[in-house]
Amino acid sequence: MSLELESGVSKLEKKISPLAKGFLFLIFLVLYAPIFFLVFYSFNSGGTMFDFESFTLDWYKELFQDTRLLIIVLNTLVIALLSSLISTIIGVLGAIAIYQVKKRQTKNTLLSLNNVLIVSPDVIIGASFLILFTMAGLKLGFYSVLLSHVAFCIPIVVLMVLPKLMEMSPTLIDAARDLGANRLNVLTKVILPFITPGIFAGFFMALTYSLDDFAVTFFVTGNGFTTLSVEIYSLARRGISLNINALSTLLFLFTIILVVIYYFITQRNNKAQIGGIRK
Amino acid sequence: MENKFTRNIYMVPYALWIALFVIAPILLVLYYSFFDIEGNLSLVNYQKFFTPVYLKMTLSSFWYAFLITLISLIVAYPTAYLLTKTKHKQLWLLLIIVPSWINLLLKAYAFLGIFGTYGITNSFLEVIGIGSQQILFTDFSFIFVSVYIFIPFMILPIFNSLIELNPTLIDAANDLGASKWTTFRRVIFPLTIDGVKSGCQVVFIPALSLFMLTRLIAGNRVITLGTAIEQHFLVTQDWGMGSTIAVFLIIIMFLFMSVTGTRKRGI
Repeated sequence: MSLELESGVSKLEKKISPLAKGFLFLIFLVLYAPIFFLVFYSFNSGGTMFDFESFTLDWYKELFQDTRLLIIVLNTLVIALLSSLISTIIGVLGAIAIYQVKKRQTKNTLLSLNNVLIVSPDVIIGASFLILFTMAGLKLGFYSVLLSHVAFCIPIVVLMVLPKLMEMSPTLIDAARDLGANRLNVLTKVILPFITPGIFAGFFMALTYSLDDFAVTFFVTGNGFTTLSVEIYSLARRGISLNINALSTLLFLFTIILVVIYYFITQRNNKAQIGGIRK
Repeated sequence: MENKFTRNIYMVPYALWIALFVIAPILLVLYYSFFDIEGNLSLVNYQKFFTPVYLKMTLSSFWYAFLITLISLIVAYPTAYLLTKTKHKQLWLLLIIVPSWINLLLKAYAFLGIFGTYGITNSFLEVIGIGSQQILFTDFSFIFVSVYIFIPFMILPIFNSLIELNPTLIDAANDLGASKWTTFRRVIFPLTIDGVKSGCQVVFIPALSLFMLTRLIAGNRVITLGTAIEQHFLVTQDWGMGSTIAVFLIIIMFLFMSVTGTRKRGI
């Protein structure tokens, strides 16, 4: 099927005109220009984002001497890893739970409830969690941020895992049962291996969502605890400082590394899938 | 009996999550919207919402979100269409998505430099003879930066629905004598409308509620519903009024979701 589509499109390929190429080029230029603009001026000794005086690495040095900022980076990473780990576990269980619900209506209700946090604007998630934590008497800080990150990552994991479960032929489970596997065996030896690509994708998505989040964290973070996004916001509100540029260069490199890893994971998954179908 | 029990154990953490972090927050927002700033039970927030000040803000918020969605769509559709015709289209798509993984605030911050008084845009305008303009803190910069940020989110679903489109249908339309425009209007666009709809959903609702952009780029000139909520919760500490606006934002969200309706997305 996908091969057919490929060849169909490759026939059309010749039609792509210079004008169209120019348009695509323009789009890519606009998309990447601001990022490279930041990177470029991170080497400016002038201290502004308009006059490029001379090349310097001072901003990077300053960045690495700023222990406060390094602690914030560490906080952000800890929150991201912990929240994506926890949300992956709960999300996988949730996806299996939804998968096992037989009644169509219950299933749809569960799915809609699952999607509420995905479609809700960040501001509403943040504000409502702020009310929730205040009512529950939880002090705002590390735990409130961690809990809210776990909360908004769970539905993403569910959405990444569920299609994999749906793909799985129910006869696989029946076969395992007939061969004498108990429920735990079915879960660990049949279901989990089958949905592993989905679990990885879910974990990865959760990680990026958590790293990227600003609005929700901004609401529930309180005074003592900051993540990188919140820190960048407060720095940027104070105006331009090339520390942020240096930081964004490093984050850009980090993102590129993540993208490359992600690309290879998905490539591998696709290959595994095709292999699976061929068998 | 044993089956049911184990199934329930699977469910527990997830069910707890639904109860605590999906249902409870919405109910709490609703509950708080009935309290005025002194903590008395009243409907004063709702009365306040229907005064011209808030209604005007809601309308302008809508207008901006509409413009942002429309411009994103106009740019994103041809881009997605052309992307499907490139070689290595998955790689190009990935390259479109990469900027969306860069922290949103960093991108906004970049525009502080680009649009600034001495920024690169103004130098360019000087060179071509238009002269320096105030670009930052205007409607234009707000809409431009928002569109910039949302474009990848609009391209992705449209791209996916274009990929799913069966190319033989286009061949059929061509064979039956349809012009390119007719093919697009009668075949391609209707068949990819689901992608367009989910693209609009992921742009319109956040566009109503982004508050960091209005603060950083529009310099508080543009007040969206999101800005108002943030203001009430974190600055004036009037949680009741903030919750009331949130209630309306939730209602708008559900209305918008049901209008753009039936999403049958398999990821």
